[in-house]
Parts: sequence; structure tokens; C-alpha cells
Amino acid sequence: RRSPPRLYWLFCQFELITCSYLMEPWEKVLFYSFNLALLGLLLYTTHLCLAPHASSAFQLLCSFLGSPRGNAPSVVK
Amino acid sequence: QKNGVSNGTLYKKKFIEHFEQAPMYVAVFTFVGFAVGTIFGYLRDFMRAWGLEKRNIAAEREQQKDFVPLYQDFENFYTRNLYLRIRDNWNRPICSVPGPQFDLMERVTDDYNWTFRFTGRTIKNVINMGSYNYLGFAETDVNALKTVTIELEKYGTGVCSTRQEMGTLDKHVELEKLVAKFLGVEDAMVFGMGFATNSMNIPALVGKGCLILSDELNHTSLVLGARLSGATIRIFKHNNMQSLEKLLRDAIIYGQPRTHRAWRKIIILVEGIYSMEGSIVRLPEIVSLKNKYKAYLYLDEAHSIGAVGATGRGVVEYFGMSPDDVDVLMGTFTKSFGAAGGYIAGKKDLVDFLRTHSHSAVYATSMCPAVAEQIIRAMKCLMGLDGTTQGLQRVRQLEKNTRYFRRKLHEMGFIIYGNDDSPVVPLLLYMPGKIGAFARRMLEKNIGVVVVGFPATPITESRARFCVSAAHTREMLDTVLNALDELGDFLHLKYSRYSKSSHPELYEESRLELED
Repeated sequence: RRSPPRLYWLFCQFELITCSYLMEPWEKVLFYSFNLALLGLLLYTTHLCLAPHASSAFQLLCSFLGSPRGNAPSVVK
Repeated sequence: QKNGVSNGTLYKKKFIEHFEQAPMYVAVFTFVGFAVGTIFGYLRDFMRAWGLEKRNIAAEREQQKDFVPLYQDFENFYTRNLYLRIRDNWNRPICSVPGPQFDLMERVTDDYNWTFRFTGRTIKNVINMGSYNYLGFAETDVNALKTVTIELEKYGTGVCSTRQEMGTLDKHVELEKLVAKFLGVEDAMVFGMGFATNSMNIPALVGKGCLILSDELNHTSLVLGARLSGATIRIFKHNNMQSLEKLLRDAIIYGQPRTHRAWRKIIILVEGIYSMEGSIVRLPEIVSLKNKYKAYLYLDEAHSIGAVGATGRGVVEYFGMSPDDVDVLMGTFTKSFGAAGGYIAGKKDLVDFLRTHSHSAVYATSMCPAVAEQIIRAMKCLMGLDGTTQGLQRVRQLEKNTRYFRRKLHEMGFIIYGNDDSPVVPLLLYMPGKIGAFARRMLEKNIGVVVVGFPATPITESRARFCVSAAHTREMLDTVLNALDELGDFLHLKYSRYSKSSHPELYEESRLELED
């Protein structure tokens, strides 16, 4: 007997835990769209919050590695 | 979790019970499931109230809308929104004898469990893991039922009277004598219905001014009988002797609530095997407590008579005690004897008192004689009076089946509650979504199981309850175990953190090496 593929099994677990296995089809559509909308919002907020941080950290890293005429202590001996 | 050894000398053999707790995330997920179900329940109720969805529930007529409401909608919230979604797993009609295998009527629903219709087909030979058929006496073998057919032809089916009027047949007298001999007591009395035995006899034994100490998880019949009697009821924690002792001491020290007079009677209500937990009562400790504090003991052996004990005589024999230790022995014939009805046994004075004062004895219709004959033949088989060792073989087979089933389930990693020797095996499912999925998938694999959820169990501990029977063969049990293994992996039910290794051969090899 083939065991079901991993992703399908995880999806089944999600369905069982959140009782969406018991819902009628239109309720499932409603529930999943709500969940996806929430997830999308979460990712967007994360992106909005982290993007400036990430870009400034990247700039700092570039300044360490990029310019050889940069800060004296950072020059390799 | 092994039993502590505070009363180590009272128990003649090991008393091992398991009540393992699942990891914390399981409880969190269970609540998530209930929360989502509740939210959608509110949504559906809203849609029904505003006419966006058809109403299928009972409602008053238009002309009576101004009257006092007949149907309180909100109380049935749980039934309407959560139970209804998985309602197809209960009340399944069967169309054969509930032996180790049975036939189910195929039932489909077109509108998500509001109504059902039968397709006309039957699902044949479904393995029965839900019937209380512990010794396998629910059978249709012609040779076995010979005496029952003779009595049916002699007496007919109805008695048409109560015990006190004209309903006491010679069959009842014969049965009562046999029950008394089986249990080793002076006298016994039989009733037509097991539930009615409890609920109608406890009010006859206790009244106002008496104290009832009842276990937390007692059956509804005991609770109903206790409430009907009018006595004061105090609950002690399930199978917890420290809690019981504290209550007994408080009762004797402080007496009745306002007058502080002594209680007229103190009676302890316990069951032999608790059907939802599979735990066995700690009888030696209770008997020693009752003797110390001069209380009475009422033991309900509905599930344990015939199912535990070396010769099937119940928990009294299982613990090696004498039946004189228990004041009122009660049991039912529904579970191990394949019939219907209940009995109360004890001293002759007690049974004579009950014959005149019990509501069930005075007003309820007496037992049908064919059913009485079935119990007589089953009991004679158990006692060996029919000349064969079949009864003893059935008890041994049940014991073997129970041990095998429980051991295998533990090894696979499921969480099982209860004593190692009890044939009632609750397998914990926890999440409400899994209740429906489990029962449906087991039926697809041709196995019938009983699943239980809130409110019969605590909200986080829904379970599937298996009843092992002596009539189950090793192949049937193996089929069920393989199906459970597969389903446990698919539904992720193997929460146990104490399961033994899945390769016991490695255990044995390493032990031998060390012994060398």
C-alpha cells in the first residue's frame, strides 16, 4: 500500500485539526479564502516591516566588503 | 503511570492502569477545532435566523409565534451545529445478530445529515468492535438456542403483568436461584431492564437523611437513582481512595448539613468496570474503608460480570474477595449473557425487602420467559453445569483476546485508557474532526466502531471505544489492528510517548547478551 504523499497528508491534518473536513463545500471555500487572505496579509506586513531592516543590513554588509579605501580597521592585514 | 504501593498487601496481583496525557499541542489543536466549529455554528445560525438558509429544525406554527417559545434554540447549539455534521456515525441500524460480525443497512444522506435514506443494500460481515458481547453469547446457533426455542413455544413472548400481580413465573424463580448460586450469595432478584434496576432500586434503599458517595464517572442510571432517592449526594474523584476517605471522615465528623446529626445511612456507589474509561474499581481498598467507617457498598457490575474474574464471576472474584464483603451486588444480563435485564443480589433480608419496596418490582413488567431461559442457559454454560467446559473456555478466550489487543495497541503507540485486564478499550482521538473521520474510514474498511465525544466524555478527550469479545478470532483482531495501524498513521493518532520499540526482537537479543 502506497503511503499518501507528504503534502497531501499535511493538508489532511490541517483539515482534521480545524474541522474543515466536516464543512460543506461553500463553507470550506469561505474558510480557506479567509485563511489565505489572513496569510497574505501577514506576509505583506512582514515584508513591509522587514524590508527596510533587510536593505539597511545589506547596505552595511556591502560597505564592509565593497570599498577598499573604507575604514582603516576593516582593511585586511 | 503505575499504581502506588500505599496498600500493597491488599492486592494479590498487579493493578496496572493507564491514563496517559497527550502532549500539550493536542489540547491546543482540539480547542482550535472546537473554536472553528463554534464560529461556523454562529454563522449558520445567523443565516438560518435571517432566512438566507432553509430551516430544518423544529419551529412553532405561524399562529403561535406570539406564545411562549416552545423550542429554545440556543440550548441545542452544540447538537445542531457540531453533532449534526457527524451524525451519520451513530444510530446505525443493523440487521443481523450483533455477534463478532454483523450486517449494516446502507444509509446515505443527501442534505448533510439532516435526513437519511436507505439504499436497500446491506453491508455484510462488518467486524463488530462496539457491541457489549463479551462472552459471545449473542449467537444464532440452533443447538445453543434449543432450550430457548422450547421455552418460547411453551410460554410465548409476553408476560402481561408485573411481578407482584401475576408475573412471577417458575422461570423467574429458577433464574433467581441460579443467579444466587452463581454469585455465591443468599438470594437474588431479577428485573426486566438493567437501567431500571439501578434507577428504581436505589430510591428504595436510601431516602432523605442518608448520604450517597458516588464516583465521579458513574453511569447515568446510578446518578438518576441517586437523585430520585432524595438523599444527599457527594462525589469523590474517580477511583481515588484518598478522596473517598476524606469524604467519609467529613461525613462522620460533621454529620448532616445543618443539624449535625449522624447520617442515617452512608452508601458508596461504584461500578465494577467503568464503560468510558475501562478502569476497574479498587475494590479491596473500598471494602477496607467501608468496614472501617461502617458504610454500605453498592457495586454495579454491569460490564464486569462474566467479563473479569477467573471463572467470570466479576470483580469480586477478580480481586479474590468474598461476596459477603459487598452489601448490594447489582449487575445486568445485557452485556455478557446476550439477553436483557438486571439483577440485585445479596443477603436474603435485603432481597425480601426489595421484593416489596422496589418500584421496579411492583410496577414494571417482569422479564420475558424466553429471555430468562437464555440467561439460564448462558449461566449454566459458564458454571459448567451443562457438562461442557465451554463457559470456562469463553472466559479464557476473552482474557487472551483482551491482553493481545491491548498489548498490540500499546506497542503501536496509541493512547489507551484503563486497566490491562478490562475488555473495554478506549482509544483516545482528542480532536472533533478526527471523530467523524475515524468512524467513517473504519466503516469503509468494514469495521464498525463506536466513537464518543463531548458531552459523554470531557471536551478534550473524545475517544473510540472498542469492546473485545470472546467470539472474536485472532484473524479478526489482526484485521482490526492492521486497519488501526494504517489509520493511526494517516490520521496521526499515535500520541503515546511510552510505546515500546516496534522491533521487540532487538529487545530480546540485547537481553540475552547481557545475561551472558
